[in-house]
Amino acid sequence: MTERRPQNFLPPLAAGVGLGLTLMAMFLFTGHGLGASGFFTSVLAWLGASAAPDWTEMNSYLGNYLGAVHPLNTWLSWELAGAAIGALAGSLIARRFRFRIERGPRTGVGPRLGYAVAGGTLTGFGASLAGGCTSGLGLSGGAVLAVAAFVFLIAFFATGLLVSTLTRRIWQ
Amino acid sequence: MNFPLENSGMWIVVLAGVLFGYFIESAGLSSPRKLTAQFALRDWTVFRVMFVAIVVAAAGLWLFEAVGWLRFEALKVPTMFFWAMALGGALLGAGLAIGGYCPGTSVVALFSGRLDALLFMLGILIGTFVFAVSYDSLQPLYQTGKGPAGQTLAGLTGLPAWLIVLVLAGAAWGGFRLGTRFESRRGGVISARDLASSGD
Repeated sequence: MTERRPQNFLPPLAAGVGLGLTLMAMFLFTGHGLGASGFFTSVLAWLGASAAPDWTEMNSYLGNYLGAVHPLNTWLSWELAGAAIGALAGSLIARRFRFRIERGPRTGVGPRLGYAVAGGTLTGFGASLAGGCTSGLGLSGGAVLAVAAFVFLIAFFATGLLVSTLTRRIWQ
Repeated sequence: MNFPLENSGMWIVVLAGVLFGYFIESAGLSSPRKLTAQFALRDWTVFRVMFVAIVVAAAGLWLFEAVGWLRFEALKVPTMFFWAMALGGALLGAGLAIGGYCPGTSVVALFSGRLDALLFMLGILIGTFVFAVSYDSLQPLYQTGKGPAGQTLAGLTGLPAWLIVLVLAGAAWGGFRLGTRFESRRGGVISARDLASSGD
């Protein structure tokens, strides 16, 4: 039975050093860092171009994501395809992969899915507004000591702490 | 050597993505319970992993520039739009506290079997759509609080970059110690076994 148990997580220091070296290598080889949220804007531009091409092209935000090449043909798509492989391989090897709806002990499946959509909506709007997310702006901007990154990260942690006083019971 | 290289090819981006996904998952940051436990101050893994990664990458890039192998000015440094970024950061903080993920961690979560991440991604698309619809009316927000193009902490303070990296490393060390004190008081770090034994 013991070998069926999931392996425990890497110590944060080790994972942080690994992630930091990955981030540094990305800057050295491409000139930019890691990211994520821009991919979702590309997906929306692609969906929009299929469902309502005129509107999407005229939209001053999504229009920028349409060009000569397919909207999903960006470095972010390749990076996240890699991230999916890394997450899948890592969780399978460590026996942590399991289909589930992860939620707090006192939260039902229905409410959890509702919270996921609601939190995702705030996140989608917020990342578009900030022009990046925890990875693209916080982590990558932080690595090049951008003032913007630290403004973002301070607002992120401060608001998270504050909202968490209301949402703690969802999770703990 | 002359970094950053141009036209490195997509295979290097895929490889960086694999490592990105691997380290996030290995640290346990694909779990929304572990991610939100940071904001409850019970488990400081998010802070630790992010802060160490920033310090390691910043120190490495500084070193490459110091020996003349890197043109730092060719790197992408985001320009600050104070209100847009402060408000955006706040919304991501709230989004994580409510929905359990941020954009990158939701991808990693889905590929470790968490189907709730799909609903979070649906939310991201909805939020991005709302933003796209209101984009023109949000323009004044960008114009107030726009900083100098690509400004770094070194540019802002006039201090050398190595000193700023050193101060950040010191802050990370302090955060580690503070985190350990909170963790022992508030139920402790969430392990892979804790997550496996919960009945979800």
